[in-house]
Amino acid sequence: MNDIWDILPGLGDKLAAHVVLSASAIGLAVLIALPMAVWASRSPVVARITLGLASLVQTIPALALLALFFPLLLSLRAVFGEGLPTLGFLPALMALTLYALLPILRNAVTAQANLDPGVLEAADGVGMTRWQKLALVEAPLSAPFIMAGIRTASVWTIGAATLATTIGQPSLGDPIFAGLQTQNWALVLAGCVASAGLALAADNLLWVIEVGLAKRSRLQTFGGMAVVMLGILAALWAQGAGSDDRRIIIASKQFSEQYILAQLIGARLEAAGYAVEYRDGLGSAVVHSAVASSAIDISVDYTGTVWTNYLKRADNPGREAMYDTIREWEWQTNGVKVLGRLGFENAYAFAMRENRAAELGVASLTDLVAVAPRLTVGGDPEFFERPEWIAVRDAYGLRFAGTRNFAPTFMYNALQSGEADVISAYTSDGRIAADRLLVLADPKGALPSYDAMLMLSPRIAQDQGVIAALTPLIGAISVEAMREANLAVDREDAAKMTPKAAAAQLAVKAGL
Amino acid sequence: MTAAASILLFDRVICRFGDITAVGGVTCDIAPGSFVALVGASGSGKSTLLKTVNTLVAPTEGRVLFGGEDVSALNPARLRRRVGYVFQGVGLFPHFPVGENIAIGPRLAGEKLPPERIAELLALVELDPAMARRMPDELSGGQRQRVGVARALAGEPELLIMDEPFGALDSVTRAALGAKVRELHGALGLTTVMVTHDMAEALLLADRVLVMDGGRIVADETPRALLAGEGGEVAQGLVAVPREQAERLAAMEGRLA
Repeated sequence: MNDIWDILPGLGDKLAAHVVLSASAIGLAVLIALPMAVWASRSPVVARITLGLASLVQTIPALALLALFFPLLLSLRAVFGEGLPTLGFLPALMALTLYALLPILRNAVTAQANLDPGVLEAADGVGMTRWQKLALVEAPLSAPFIMAGIRTASVWTIGAATLATTIGQPSLGDPIFAGLQTQNWALVLAGCVASAGLALAADNLLWVIEVGLAKRSRLQTFGGMAVVMLGILAALWAQGAGSDDRRIIIASKQFSEQYILAQLIGARLEAAGYAVEYRDGLGSAVVHSAVASSAIDISVDYTGTVWTNYLKRADNPGREAMYDTIREWEWQTNGVKVLGRLGFENAYAFAMRENRAAELGVASLTDLVAVAPRLTVGGDPEFFERPEWIAVRDAYGLRFAGTRNFAPTFMYNALQSGEADVISAYTSDGRIAADRLLVLADPKGALPSYDAMLMLSPRIAQDQGVIAALTPLIGAISVEAMREANLAVDREDAAKMTPKAAAAQLAVKAGL
Repeated sequence: MTAAASILLFDRVICRFGDITAVGGVTCDIAPGSFVALVGASGSGKSTLLKTVNTLVAPTEGRVLFGGEDVSALNPARLRRRVGYVFQGVGLFPHFPVGENIAIGPRLAGEKLPPERIAELLALVELDPAMARRMPDELSGGQRQRVGVARALAGEPELLIMDEPFGALDSVTRAALGAKVRELHGALGLTTVMVTHDMAEALLLADRVLVMDGGRIVADETPRALLAGEGGEVAQGLVAVPREQAERLAAMEGRLA
C-alpha cells in the first residue's frame, strides 16, 4: 500500500481538472442560487417552487444525474448544432451545478427569512432603496449563512465530481474507477485521499471566510478569498499548460480487458506519433453514442452488445452474418468505421471444472442435457433474464436442478466450492485458464457471438495514419492471449500487473 | 385652513388589509412645531396611521400631504430622509458601528457625515462621543434607543415620527429619554408625532393629544383639556388610569407626611 505515495504526485493534472470542474460548478451554482434566493425572499410561492425543485434534484443519485445529461445534450444538438459537446466538461458542469444548488439556495433563503424584522424596518425607515437594502443590510447579514451553504455545496461537489469520470471528464475519479476495475487498491486509495484532501482543504478555507464574514473581519474574509482564487488560478494554469490540439481519445468501459486494450491501442498510436488521451471507466451505455458523435475516437465494442442494444435485434443469424450486418449498419447509420475484429470473443459461455466435466463425461452443451437435472447452474445477477440464457435453454432443452445468482467474482468461487456445477462465464476471462475450467462447446450455435471490434469515430474514420497504425491489431489477439492479460491484471498476488504493463506483454504475445 | 399652512395633513385616510379596516377615515392637520401624541389601545390603528407618513404603509383611500405635497408622489427614499423615524424595535444595523449607524441616512444621500457631527449627535442624546466606534450589541437597551434617536436626527429632518419609541425601556430610562426628546424637539424646532399607548407619557410630553379608537380619531385635545374631563368616554377612560395612580400615590404621601 505504500506505493500510494508514488501515485499521488502523478495525479497533478487530474487534481487540476477536478478543481476547475468543482469550482466552476460551485461558482455557477452561486450565480444561479443567489438571485433565486432574493426572488424567493420576496415571494413565498417562488420559494416553495425553487426549494422543491432543488430538493427533487437531490433525490436523483449523482451518477444517474451525470449520465442523464448525455442524452439531454444529444437531443439539444437539434437546436445548437453538432458542435455541442455531449461528454466531458459540459454535462459534468451542468449536473454538478444542479447538485450544488440546494444547500446554497436553502441557506440563502433561510438566512433571509431569519433576518431581524426590526433591522429591515429600519432599512426602509432610513430611506434605503430596495437595492441599497439588499447590498447594505440583507446581503452582509446573510453572508455567513450563505457561506455555510457554499461550504456544504463545495464538499458535496468535490465528492460527486469523482463520478464525472464515467461521462468522460477527467477528474480524481479516474484513478478510483481504474483502481476499482483492476483491483489496484493503491490507485483507489490515492484517488480517495486526493479528493478527500481537496474537500477538506476547501471546507477549511471556506470556513475561514465564513468566520471572517461573521466577525466582519475584512482581512480574514478577503485573505481567505484570495487563497481560494489563487488555488483556482493555479489549477486553470496547470490545465492550460497541459492542453494542446485535439488528441485522439480512447475509451474504455469498466472492466480490465477494456483498460488493457485501450493501453494497447494508445501505445501503437503514440509509437506512430499521435498524442492520445484516455477516457477510462466510462459507462457502457455512453461509449457507443460517444464514438458515434466523435466525442470519443476509438473504442472496442462487442458484436453481441451492438446487435442487441443498438440494432435491437433478438435473432442470431450466425457469427459472420452478424458482424457484416453490424459493420454496414455502423457505417451507414453513424458514420462509424468498424476497422475489424481483434480475433477473440468475450461471449457468454458455460464453464465447468475440468475434472468435474471429465467425471461426468461432458464436453459440450449437448452432453450436458442428460446430467443437467442433477446439477446447479450459477450466473451473474442479470444472466437468467438475458436472451442468451433463454436461447440456450430452449435450443438444447436444458433443465437444471436449480439456478443461483452470484456476483461475477464469487461465481468462480462457487464453482470451486461446489455450490454451482456449471456457471455462465465470460470467454476471455483470465480465470478460465487459472481455475482450470472447461468452456463447453455450443454445437447448435445458440449463444450469440461477442467478437471484439475496433471502432473508429467519424472524425478519424478516414485517417490513414490511424488506420495504418491499428490495422496490425486486426485478427492478432487470440482468446488465450487475452485471458492471460486479463488474469495478469485481475490477480491478487505478486505477479499482478498494471493494464499498461499487461498491454505491453500482450503486444509481444500477439507478435506486434 | 389650507394645505400649505400645515406641515402634515391627513386627508380622509383609509387603510384596509383584506377585510380588516385598520384606519377608517382620518382627517387631521398638524401645525409646524407641534408635539402631537397619538394615543390608543392596541389595534386602534395608530401605528398604521403613523406609517402612512413615511409611506411604509400606503393608504387604501385618501392622501397624506407633507409640506403640501402628496407623499405618494414623492420618491420614498428621498421622503424618508426628510422624516426622522424612531420605533420600538430600534433596528440598529448590527454590522455597522454606532457612528456608521448614525451616519447612514446622509450616506444614502451621498453625503459623508464628519466625525465632529457624529460626536455632536451623540452628545445631543447624552452619549459619550467615543461610543461611535462601538458595535450595537455592546450597548444597553437605553443606549441603543438613544442611538436610534440620534440616527433619526442625523439628516436634519423637518418631521420626527416615533412609534412606541420608549416601549421596551425601563421606566427610569424611559422618563429620561422622553424628557430629552421633548427638549430636542424644542431646541431643534422639530415637528413631532409620537405614537404611544401610555396616556401618562402623552400628557407629560405632548402639547396636543389625538385619541384613536377603532381606526378613527375620537378625541383631539390639549393635555390640559383632557385632564379637565374633555374628549369623551374613550379618552377619559385612558386618562383615568394615570390619574388614579397619581391620586393613590398622593394619598400615600399624605399619610406618610
